[in-house]
Amino acid sequence: MSSRIEILNDGGYRSDGRRQYELRTLTIDLSPQGSGADGSASLTHGLTQVSVCVFGPREAKMRSQTFHDRANVNIEVSIAAFSASERRRRGKGDKRILELSHTLKSTFEPVIQTSLYPRSQIDIYIQVLQQDGGLLQACINATTLALANAGIPLYDFVCAVTGGVHSTSLLLDLTLLEENDLPNVTVAVMPRSGKVTLVNMETRLHVDRFEEIFRLAGEAGKVIHGEMKKAVRDRTEQLVGAMQSIGRPLAGADAVDNEY
Amino acid sequence: MDADDEDFLETGGLKMTWPGESLTSAQAYMRGHGTYVDNEEVIASVSGLVERVNKLITVRAVRTRYNPEVGDLVVGRITEVQPRRWKVDGNSRQDAVLMLSSVNLPGGVQRRKLESDELQMRTFFEEGDLLVAEVQAFFGDGTMSLHTRSLSYGKLRNGQLVTVPPILIRRLKSHFITLPCGVDLILGLNGYIWVSKHVKDSEREGEDGFDAEAVYSNKNDEIDDSTRMAISRVTNLINVLAAHYIPLTDTVLLDAYEWSLEQEGDVKDLLQEDAGDALVATILAKG
Repeated sequence: MSSRIEILNDGGYRSDGRRQYELRTLTIDLSPQGSGADGSASLTHGLTQVSVCVFGPREAKMRSQTFHDRANVNIEVSIAAFSASERRRRGKGDKRILELSHTLKSTFEPVIQTSLYPRSQIDIYIQVLQQDGGLLQACINATTLALANAGIPLYDFVCAVTGGVHSTSLLLDLTLLEENDLPNVTVAVMPRSGKVTLVNMETRLHVDRFEEIFRLAGEAGKVIHGEMKKAVRDRTEQLVGAMQSIGRPLAGADAVDNEY
Repeated sequence: MDADDEDFLETGGLKMTWPGESLTSAQAYMRGHGTYVDNEEVIASVSGLVERVNKLITVRAVRTRYNPEVGDLVVGRITEVQPRRWKVDGNSRQDAVLMLSSVNLPGGVQRRKLESDELQMRTFFEEGDLLVAEVQAFFGDGTMSLHTRSLSYGKLRNGQLVTVPPILIRRLKSHFITLPCGVDLILGLNGYIWVSKHVKDSEREGEDGFDAEAVYSNKNDEIDDSTRMAISRVTNLINVLAAHYIPLTDTVLLDAYEWSLEQEGDVKDLLQEDAGDALVATILAKG
């Protein structure tokens, strides 16, 4: 073993004390972040932290970018200079960032019901605050939550998890350390239909291991879906509760009016 | 699909949902807004409350942009001046259109629009101007068309704009509210609220005395300190209530204003968290 740190020790624990299939702590905050966004979410997977603001659907800034039959989805990612262990500025034109935002765009375009908003634009701004592996998965999960929070119609949630292979054992939700050492793959699933909207692999992975890790990541995506659904439900319950507390109730309001 | 879900559709109780949640079979029900059909099932696409009218299932999103309806009163901001029309930001999914033919011009309400009017459109509304208008119609692609052909509509002056989520503004008998503290409110159904100095009824122009100078003026009146304080107080109250997702009606705003007068401290202290919580508790106790 050339690596100084054991990825998986004899007791079956990883470097941060997790088991093989154990996911990192997931925290979700759906409260508005004071930027006047239509929807926002901040999410952490362990030490990876991402905050997303969604604006729209709104009038397109550039007429050349509009489509007459659907909305244009515009995604901008920015990575804070202090987000990694070594300070590094990445400009807007950075190849990594462009690739990331393009991947996200092709993940979400088929999930958002864009045909309901012709000639409009949906802007998604992603700010990466801390990086500790699983950047793509955190961006996807946070964007799903922000879109749901903004009331933009989605076919389903998109839930992503990274999986890696250490010799023959499979690991889930990799940290930066594991991500650098292991062949890994990010899988995004739509849990209701079980459809896979994204598979991203930047390293070489043995073809025999691929199917195993692919299935496992799909299962893990459903676990993440449970957490994301709970966060959206709590937020919706909170808002509906506040609205119902005063005056005439919201649901069936029109029906009541008709009686008089 | 379990028995509980079917139950709710029959009894009309409250049910919340979120994207990707299966609601009912598509054979027995029709899909409405906020839903789609896949595999013979009606599935929600937004998070919010499920509503049923006979066989039509809709989901009303708890947070969304403004969905215009004809006759709605909206407050908007001019974003662009185009040939014979203005573009207006109305918090909707696209900018609204205000045609030159749907505004009142100086020199009589029934006057024909001349070429000279087209050339001086910026003297009526400029980019950045705020206005109150009514939704008149829709274009083919769903863009709303506004009109200001009433003396209560037109350019806005002497006040401040507050934005809240549109779902918090319910349809009221009148969206022009006068608070006893000398503050006028215009509750736009698109979630834009205009808080301004009170204008006495006697000072409003009658139907005959349509005064273009006054209607399209860009100059604010003198506003004394106490009125400025009152405007800021109402603005802060609206912001606090909206942050707690309390629906805004005239009675709620009146109660909130009365409560805030009893409190010690400055207008800006209303924005503190404990003041906000106390306000909401009082409002809920009354409501």
